[in-house]
Amino acid sequence: MREIVIISGKGGTGKTSLTGAFAHLAANKVVCDLDVDAPDLHLLLRPVREREERFLSGYEARIDGERCTGCGVCASLCRFDAIREGERGYTVDPIRCEGCKVCVAFCPAEAIRFELRHCGHWYVSSTRFGPMVHAQLFPGAENSGRLVMVLKQQARELATAKGLDLVLCDGAPGIGCPVISSLSGTHLAVAVTEPTPSGRHDLERVADLCRHFQVAFAVIINKHDLNQDEASRIEAYCRERDYPVLARLPHDPIITRAMIQGLVVTELPEAAFSRELTSTWARIEALMNGIG
Amino acid sequence: MIVSVASGKGGTGKTTVAASLATIWDRPLVAVDLDVEEPNLHLFLRPNLEESEAAHMEVPVVDASRCTFCGACSELCQFKAICAMGKLILTFPEMCHGCGGCIALCPEKALSPGTRELGEINRGRAGTIGFLMGRLRVGEAMSPPFMRLVKAKLNEMIAQSARDAIIDAPPGVSCPAVNAVIDTDLILLVTEPTPFGFYDFRLAWEAFSPLGKPMGAVVNRAGLGTDDLYRFCRDKGLPILTEIPFDRAIAEAYARGRVIAEVSPRLKETFVSLRDEIRDLAERSRPGEAAHA
Repeated sequence: MREIVIISGKGGTGKTSLTGAFAHLAANKVVCDLDVDAPDLHLLLRPVREREERFLSGYEARIDGERCTGCGVCASLCRFDAIREGERGYTVDPIRCEGCKVCVAFCPAEAIRFELRHCGHWYVSSTRFGPMVHAQLFPGAENSGRLVMVLKQQARELATAKGLDLVLCDGAPGIGCPVISSLSGTHLAVAVTEPTPSGRHDLERVADLCRHFQVAFAVIINKHDLNQDEASRIEAYCRERDYPVLARLPHDPIITRAMIQGLVVTELPEAAFSRELTSTWARIEALMNGIG
Repeated sequence: MIVSVASGKGGTGKTTVAASLATIWDRPLVAVDLDVEEPNLHLFLRPNLEESEAAHMEVPVVDASRCTFCGACSELCQFKAICAMGKLILTFPEMCHGCGGCIALCPEKALSPGTRELGEINRGRAGTIGFLMGRLRVGEAMSPPFMRLVKAKLNEMIAQSARDAIIDAPPGVSCPAVNAVIDTDLILLVTEPTPFGFYDFRLAWEAFSPLGKPMGAVVNRAGLGTDDLYRFCRDKGLPILTEIPFDRAIAEAYARGRVIAEVSPRLKETFVSLRDEIRDLAERSRPGEAAHA
């Protein structure tokens, strides 16, 4: 089984729109949205949920006002500034609580409960392009990296059960915890970038991240015509690092038009953009076969 | 006043708005890049970076000669950063959240504070604007503890000489994004009226509303997409402070690294009035709301 993750470093480069098109073009796959924080792929694939599970991860502390003696040991030990003294005594701010249990362990009155945190939901769904595994972290919640691991595990199991040979993942922007989780066990990371100073800067950081974790890396330059000089700099960088450039796609409002209709761009008829993506996907497959 | 510029969806124009506001701000200001995973503000403000320091977090170091392998540390640790296995005690510093619990707990005082490098904090100036940026070390997973250190540095700068701050926040709506906006006075949500933009905007609104801070929207690439965003803002009483039109010329100027408030007098005017709208909103939100909270 192969696993590809589409990433970008910078947000808004077209990652999800392209992943949607690849979901259309690829055969025998499970699609997986690993951007659990601000997922958008479902807006294109319109999944029908078949299974829904609660994502419980980490804990949060809660002070029992009845038992609290107001000694303040908890607040003095909390490194996350999550315990404050107010009119009603000490309380834990759930937004700041890291779930480290230090206050629970040191409270002399045993007045602090430690409760499992419900951080969101994950789903197994069906779409017109096949099965999809996705999730929604509650807004403001933590542990996105762990949820990414859960989704990948589910997607792999589903692929094995259904005899499918590819897991196609939409990743998150950035280079932090959810992105690092999304790279684990992946055969190929395809970065979608754009020829802007931010696009190039963020591409270089996400490339370094993939190098750090020894994941094969290839590049798609989207909105290629926005700035020719910057596009050339990205090409030169890729040549120097031996990263294949899989496509040079134009800045085309057709992406937004498809999105508004809840379609992926390759479903729109007669688009030059779509033909370009069909050959891009063929190049990704060839590259994956070469990785062995 | 500390203003945070956040977004939900990435690539909606957060950095563009933060950089543009900074260049037309008419009071002493420090521009702060808290998108520590992928900081970009410096690419537009082009500051002279005068100071750079490594930022560290506390992690435990074991003194094996004192350890009795009681396992109390490993039992407490919620992050699998310290493990007792028979006569072996292992630390995994990259898993550590820096809570300090194991060090405080160890009955034999066999644990002492060591450090893990999280990233680099840069300080400088762009003309009259102060500049502060955090750059997460590539391979480091945890941005929130690093962001807390950058924010501590900001507080230090403000304590030295009073000034406003504009914070460029990371995209998304989970812990890093919340961390960037939680200590600010006003949240600016930059979005675009596309289905992706609207969906993530709504998530951002849900994530940030419980913080009880004044919030206003900036609609970028106006004219692209649908009316859903406008309807939502009307229903929730969320003010749209300004709109920036969808215009290929703006996208090209951005692609050349230009601050778009400097592209045309008209765009400059857009940001000057945005600045005034921000101050109005902060003013309006101040008295009544705070008294009830």
